[in-house]
Amino acid sequence: MKYTEEHLKEELKDKEYEFGFTTEIESEKAPNGINEEIIRFISGKKNEPEWLLEYRLNALKVWQEMVEPEWVHVKYQKPDFQGISYYAAPKKKKELKSLDEVDPEIRKTMDRLGISLEEQKKLTGVAVDFVMDSVSVATSFKEKLGELGIIFMSFSEAVQKHPDLVKKYLGTVVPTSDNFYAALNSAVFSDGSFCYIPKGVRCPMELSTYFRINESGTGQFERTLVVADEGSYVSYLEGCTAPQRDENQLHAAVVELIALDNAEIKYSTVQNWYPGDKDGKGGVFNFVTKRGLCETNAKISWTQVETGSAVTWKYPSCVLKGDNSIGEFYSVAVTNNYQQADTGTKMIHIGKNTKSTVISKGISAGFSQNSYRGLVKIGKGATNARNFSQCDSLLMTDRCGAHTFPYIECENSTAQLEHEATTSKIGEDQIFYCLQRGISEEKAISLIVNGYAKEVLNKLPMEFAVEAQKLLEISLENSVG
Amino acid sequence: MGEQIIKIEGLKAEIDGKEILKGINLTVNTGEIHAIMGPNGSGKSTLSSVLAGREEYEVTGGSVDYLGKDLLELDPEERSWEGLFLAFQYPVEIPGVSNINFLKTALAEKAKYQGREAMPAKEFLALVKEKSALVELSDKLKNRSVNEGFSGGEKKRNEIFQMAMLEPRLSILDETDSGLDIDALRIVANGVNTLKTENNATIVITHYQRLLDYIVPDFVHVLYDGRIIRTGDKNLALELEERGYDWLIKEFA
Repeated sequence: MKYTEEHLKEELKDKEYEFGFTTEIESEKAPNGINEEIIRFISGKKNEPEWLLEYRLNALKVWQEMVEPEWVHVKYQKPDFQGISYYAAPKKKKELKSLDEVDPEIRKTMDRLGISLEEQKKLTGVAVDFVMDSVSVATSFKEKLGELGIIFMSFSEAVQKHPDLVKKYLGTVVPTSDNFYAALNSAVFSDGSFCYIPKGVRCPMELSTYFRINESGTGQFERTLVVADEGSYVSYLEGCTAPQRDENQLHAAVVELIALDNAEIKYSTVQNWYPGDKDGKGGVFNFVTKRGLCETNAKISWTQVETGSAVTWKYPSCVLKGDNSIGEFYSVAVTNNYQQADTGTKMIHIGKNTKSTVISKGISAGFSQNSYRGLVKIGKGATNARNFSQCDSLLMTDRCGAHTFPYIECENSTAQLEHEATTSKIGEDQIFYCLQRGISEEKAISLIVNGYAKEVLNKLPMEFAVEAQKLLEISLENSVG
Repeated sequence: MGEQIIKIEGLKAEIDGKEILKGINLTVNTGEIHAIMGPNGSGKSTLSSVLAGREEYEVTGGSVDYLGKDLLELDPEERSWEGLFLAFQYPVEIPGVSNINFLKTALAEKAKYQGREAMPAKEFLALVKEKSALVELSDKLKNRSVNEGFSGGEKKRNEIFQMAMLEPRLSILDETDSGLDIDALRIVANGVNTLKTENNATIVITHYQRLLDYIVPDFVHVLYDGRIIRTGDKNLALELEERGYDWLIKEFA
């Protein structure tokens, strides 16, 4: 066969790939900093269509004009945005031969969480291909899903394979200009997950992804987009574990959910990122924008168990646009040592007969600060809207703080709004009662805390709930005082 | 006379620097029921708290031998595993934790301490059924959160139910009769009497002689100002009912 220019081109393409980044450098990493050139680099690396590059560049402009927000009750060293690398392909991690090579501390925690050996191997990189850093997503049962027409893949792959769907929905729930971190994410997002459930399909399994932050000093900017077409149903799980780290890591994800007419999305998160050490050194900054849009008769339900991160800002919200739509938010947020969490939800009622439920359970230990910040907004047209909010705080020590900032804006007099809030300190009496019955202090705390959080834990899928319970137990070890 | 369960000698204890127990002496043997009576503030509840190991109280003197062990050296949960049970005057509510789960955890922890396997679920449930019948505790209450929303009587019955499940060697009932109507009192007393064996013992702390009509004590002790100032049989309780405490206090002074 004749050697043509075409062949040469092909060969060079491969060569560039071979020598350019992935093989020579352990982790293909963008130089630190953020500017137009970097955005073009990321978009180019991912072979993105022009419209997506434009989307990113526009977001960069918007972001550059925004001011980083300040939150009350949250104190931290602001990230140096020019000191972060915004793109890292997965490095070829040294493959471990057996679990014996894994850091015993990490193994101990995983054992106690009840993570199966198979899963442990996957999470620690023992001879199983696994997802790390910003690229790709673990997709399982792909064939079965394919038969039903369900699309579940990494965001990058979806951009290539289903550009029309991505283009149609990206940024429709969380616009680029929404907030500082959403704008940043829109400019530099690396990867994430994409999920589409076709009309009338009930997804037969829980869709789950495991995200991890592995590359020291790499910011994580995931983008998740879940679209449930008319009359469909999906339960989506997001679980996170991360190894210990010395330096702060910025994490600014954007999650968009779209539930079309009569659709239902259940989105569950167990988040356990490195919270920093006992003295408050290190830990992940988790500044996330999560929002769902409900069309007519649709329902979105957020459930989250948050135990990690040094600083968390997170307000999974629902825009109840369609009539009779339903939004739910169930949350347990644990803070220990010097962790700071500012979480809550926004329920925006636009359609008639819309309903929302907010159950928030904060648990503060050590020197931590735990805030609930929520907004219930009833628009002019939201006739007969209803909301029930319950915000409880449990204090484990007398050095921690719990704060509640509930906002209500109501423009329609037919609305019914209820708000309940309690703050309690874990009782010496409760613990002594348990001790007297032969239940040791650690077990007692676990019982009391799990009892307190039960309403939320019950909303989690079974296997997640068990893991979440143990996570609470571990997070609050030696925390009463 | 039975085997010695507990021997308290010269026990002194204080809270926030205030001395409450000023030298208690008391020996309880298997098969015995002891009643401790006394006016308000005499130290009755302090005694039960100190025996159960509440941290707020500081033991400043004396010794307590419990089944050959130094009780004061044991942690509260170890005391429980060794068979010491306290029925609380004010049982504590634990929202979100079912009664059944609470007891299952308690029994499992005790089994672990004793190096036994935890009881199989089926056996456990059978035991729950048997023991709850003793105090006429309904299924509804068993599955509810520990003491949450229970009436005063239900809480006390629940205490006796837990006592039945844990099969203690020494039970201390701290004013279990307070807040009980006559029917609940009868149920509770019946439970306690049924649980009495030749191998265990009970200390009943009470204000009123009324309970002692149902739970008949072998000994009655009068506690006043941190000391036991008189010991007698059940007739002492009757005499107290009739004459009050003043005559005894005068004699003591």
